[in-house]
Amino acid sequence: MLELKDVHTYYGNIHALKGISLTVNDGEIVTLIGSNGAGKSTTLRTIQGLNKPRTGSVVLDGIELHKLPAHEVATLGVAQSPEGRMIFPRMTVMENLEMGAYARKDITSFKDDLEHVLTLFPRLRERITQKGGTLSGGEQQMLAMGRALMAKPKILLLDEPSMGLAPLLVELIFDIIKKLNEDGTTILLVEQNALMALSIAHRGYVLQTGEIVLADDAKKLMKNEEVQKTYLGVE
Amino acid sequence: MENTKKKFNLRRFAIASAVLYIVLLIGPIVGLDIPVIVESVKANPLQLVQFFIIGISNGAIIAIIALGYTMVYGIIELINFAHGDVYMVGVFTSLTVLSVTGTLESKDPGKIVFGLILALVIAIVVCAVLNATIERLAYKRLRNAPRLAPLISAIGMSFIIENVGLMWAAQAWLVPSFGTTGGASQKVFPDMLGVLFTSMGWDVNLLASSGLALRLTIKDLLVIILAVTLMTGLYLFVQRTRLGKAMRATAQNRDAAKMLGIDIDWVITATFLIGGGLAGAAGLMAGLYNNTAWWFMGFRAGLQSFTAAVLGGIGNITGAMLGGFLIGLLASFSDGYLNARWTNALVFATLVLILLFRPTGLLGEQTGQKA
Repeated sequence: MLELKDVHTYYGNIHALKGISLTVNDGEIVTLIGSNGAGKSTTLRTIQGLNKPRTGSVVLDGIELHKLPAHEVATLGVAQSPEGRMIFPRMTVMENLEMGAYARKDITSFKDDLEHVLTLFPRLRERITQKGGTLSGGEQQMLAMGRALMAKPKILLLDEPSMGLAPLLVELIFDIIKKLNEDGTTILLVEQNALMALSIAHRGYVLQTGEIVLADDAKKLMKNEEVQKTYLGVE
Repeated sequence: MENTKKKFNLRRFAIASAVLYIVLLIGPIVGLDIPVIVESVKANPLQLVQFFIIGISNGAIIAIIALGYTMVYGIIELINFAHGDVYMVGVFTSLTVLSVTGTLESKDPGKIVFGLILALVIAIVVCAVLNATIERLAYKRLRNAPRLAPLISAIGMSFIIENVGLMWAAQAWLVPSFGTTGGASQKVFPDMLGVLFTSMGWDVNLLASSGLALRLTIKDLLVIILAVTLMTGLYLFVQRTRLGKAMRATAQNRDAAKMLGIDIDWVITATFLIGGGLAGAAGLMAGLYNNTAWWFMGFRAGLQSFTAAVLGGIGNITGAMLGGFLIGLLASFSDGYLNARWTNALVFATLVLILLFRPTGLLGEQTGQKA
């Protein structure tokens, strides 16, 4: 479904992605794990079109995303819950969710989708008239995910959904990710919490300083000695 | 941390007291003679009301221009220094339209109303397109450059447009001369509303029958009504419509807006179109109200509106409206009780004081997540 081939992305002179190739198949959860600065978020930004690859290609269902501006990528069914959440602080929760559906041409099912998101995240229903900036970190994370879901994406990009959240909330969020996938959403998940990510993913890629050093089934990666030592904290 | 904050406060107070000292010292020379002012208020209290009316009307125009500054700043954090000059182009465009359509010589109410509406529409369109063109030419490429770069190119655009205005004013076939109002290049903008209402048999001064020495003209009302309509319209547009919401989203987080499918370039262009259109409308209103067309008028209007936008809290639409009325009042009282030539200095001093003591303005918004 989604395929990156030898993608090189730069920030000015900084070579952030050094030839990333990866695929995400229909219906999968694929996770990208790696430490800070490995290029995980840059990979998602490159798929979304916020950063353009200098060379290499990003193809979604035969369409070359890397040649399109970011806002057109969104209309093709790529939605993201970005790093740092990036919700609109001075818009209400409702308006934030409305903006999520901005790229969709058919919004006949808007009400049903809204209902679906609010059922997934009941906290958002309680806060529906509140300004995004007044929400707690966990609520903002839910809002960022809810907003991405309102786009009814073909592929959902999740950047560190567990960041800064209480352990109970992390479990809740991962349960929801799993459920979304079971309902048919393809997910590319970027996580520092490698254990959680690998436990729900089908496949995983390990990123190190802009390069993919390992790619395998999630279960095999969990048993990989290197991964255990570096990312799972197993001695 | 505590210490540096204290020092900073001390410095602010030092600057403020220096400003106050200078004001009090030079004040009497320029006419800030408080006893004299008190005397004149006592002698003619109605004058106070009169200046208030003038202040509100001019403030309405300033507010409309200030909206253009604040919207653009809100979305790309640029102070569009050419905005005041776009307003000047609005004045000249409407004057030219009125002249070319023969409205200026007409005494027929129907024809005058038609001419005025046509002038309004054309001024709005011309200024909207001009403003958006300025953005494409001078700002778009510099969007990721250091912030000083687009600021300088904005000042450059301002000079260019002022010179266009200078040449425009010199073309007799475009701007017929009805005499000048001050310098040779300050043209009279004929009082079409006065002509219109007289031709319909109305007294322009609504308070004429009251016997008071006060003028509240239909012009004042018209300017205020038009301004309030435009402001309400804009407010509803930004709050309710799809494009308005996209504008707010872009202003609050550009990357997030892009990833949701918002075409940033179009949203920015639309912002410049709307801001320019408002300046065009303000141009016609100001021409009809103050009866002057001058190539340099954008500078004063720009200064006042920019101060109004900062006073209200730059980026905040309601704030720009509030600031506009306040600056209008300040300018009117300064024109009336001090001396018109000091009004600009007073407005500048206000700008300095706001930036020192309340940089976020009266209704200031937190810039939010942008560090």
